[in-house]
Amino acid sequence: MVSKGYFFAVIGRVFAWTFLLGLAVIVIYPLLWMLLNGFKTNSELFANPFALPQQFSWQNYVNAWNRGVSNYVTTSVLVTVTSTIATVFISAWAAYGLSRVKIPFSKFWTGFILGGLMLAPTVALVPLVKLMQALGLYNTFWALLILYTAFRIPFTTFLIRAYMIDLPFEIDEAAEMDGASRWKTFWHIILPMCTPILVSTVLLHVLFAWNEYIFAMVFTNGTGVEPLPVGLTSLMSKHGTDYPVVFAGMAIAAIPVLVLFFASQRYFVKGLSEGVGK
Amino acid sequence: MTLTHSAPPRRHPSGAPARRSGRPSPALFSRRLSPRGLLWLAPAVLILLSFVYWPLVQNFAFSMTEWDVYTGTQEFVGLENFSRLATDPVFQRSLLNNLLYAGLSLIFQVAGALLLAVVIESRRSERLRRALRAIYFVPSAISLTVAGLLFYFIYEPKLGMLNHLLEAVNLGALAQPWLGQESTAMLGIIMMSQWQGFGYSTLLFAVAIQRIPRELYEAAEIDGIGPVRQFFTITVPLVREMSGLMVIVTISGAFQVFNEVMVMTSGGPNNSTQVLGTWLYHNGFSRNDFGYAAAIATVIFVVTISIGLVQMWYTKRRRVQW
Repeated sequence: MVSKGYFFAVIGRVFAWTFLLGLAVIVIYPLLWMLLNGFKTNSELFANPFALPQQFSWQNYVNAWNRGVSNYVTTSVLVTVTSTIATVFISAWAAYGLSRVKIPFSKFWTGFILGGLMLAPTVALVPLVKLMQALGLYNTFWALLILYTAFRIPFTTFLIRAYMIDLPFEIDEAAEMDGASRWKTFWHIILPMCTPILVSTVLLHVLFAWNEYIFAMVFTNGTGVEPLPVGLTSLMSKHGTDYPVVFAGMAIAAIPVLVLFFASQRYFVKGLSEGVGK
Repeated sequence: MTLTHSAPPRRHPSGAPARRSGRPSPALFSRRLSPRGLLWLAPAVLILLSFVYWPLVQNFAFSMTEWDVYTGTQEFVGLENFSRLATDPVFQRSLLNNLLYAGLSLIFQVAGALLLAVVIESRRSERLRRALRAIYFVPSAISLTVAGLLFYFIYEPKLGMLNHLLEAVNLGALAQPWLGQESTAMLGIIMMSQWQGFGYSTLLFAVAIQRIPRELYEAAEIDGIGPVRQFFTITVPLVREMSGLMVIVTISGAFQVFNEVMVMTSGGPNNSTQVLGTWLYHNGFSRNDFGYAAAIATVIFVVTISIGLVQMWYTKRRRVQW
């Protein structure tokens, strides 16, 4: 009886391990393939897609960089940084107003801001193009900055508000009795207390802005303002069959977020697990 | 990877801050209704109003008009765009593709991810668990554009990994142009999406499982209850809230698919991989048929908002207690 149970336990372990390792290979191998292909020559790639590159030359990366990727990276960095700052500040203000100030019709305003969570970006696409054209912002960096901020305010406010609500109200009252203004209370006391959730929201926004595609594709139209995801697809269409250069470009797009993720995993997990209940 | 920073404790129970409660404090502005407090919301409200809500309202108006591409004039046509939708075979195809997307994502990213999270969390070593969760999450951190392009190459008939792999294991007969033919293109895109997304839901399920008290499993162990029954009698009921949310989020996401289809096939071949989002894009920005595109957008709105309302109702219900 005991040996039978033992037997099944061993079978179970072997099975579980095969499953976990097999899945890890399915995840890692395509990514490794992508990185290695960035070092191959085109003929190597077509001769045998599984072979290792003959020599590790950075030429494809240099070519990708010179064929537009440097512009895409610049735009992506700029849009990511500015929209992160704008989104997190505007959302933190809104979260403070919603959670710690007695405002009139607070339920309505909460619904107004958080209700934006339910709206898919595609739904407003046609009117937004008309609007941006009318404002003269179509095909500029500003269109992306505004849209990345507007469509992420609900989610970011949701996360920060949920955290602020749990801070004791005695903090605000004590600060007030010590003569602090509302602004000072927010800036010097409440905001620093929210650092963990702020880090999570910054990371999630960076991930979003760096990877966003639909707005980037619709609102930028060549002429050097496309961010990386759109740039990659035009790299692909412009350079026909020089695939190793495309692989190098993909690696350039993927590596920064991977580094960021591994450097700050626990904040990611926190933000993601809080955010799923949006 | 456990939740290391939880929010500070809620406000003290009435007894704790006694030193303040005795003090008269009617003058505190933090206790009075403050219309000026609305200024804190003003930037967010103005931006949402101009760039989220106003375009949404405009979209409804657009969906009842027809645009003349040459003169730029609009003409009111009532519900004509919607009746066109009802007889548009590509629209029906798109809707079916979104549903297929939802169905397969439920299997892989909800059911599959839950099972995977259980297998991961039953490993003994915490370092190993953390490493596994992180590895499986990697595809979710890279963009759908990179993942889509990568799988475009994997499915590519000449240099693609998949066909070469099939030949290597003597299944060369199965090699085919995966994205180039109607029968396999949609499935190819959906499977890429599963590859990209399963680690994300696995991570969330792992977090939910970590919140289940260990004692429940220990007690079950003592009572001689095996792992399969433990899964159905402890894990499944206690992660029900997370599963419910994942079901809702997954279905809602399936109706917003755009990026991967655009990158991998642009809706082809022969419109077989169109989804609502790409069909909207195609009509609005390739054909300049704005009214029709707005009508498709309205359909996406109705579907996602209904799912959103279900979600709101779901999260407001009493949480599972233990």
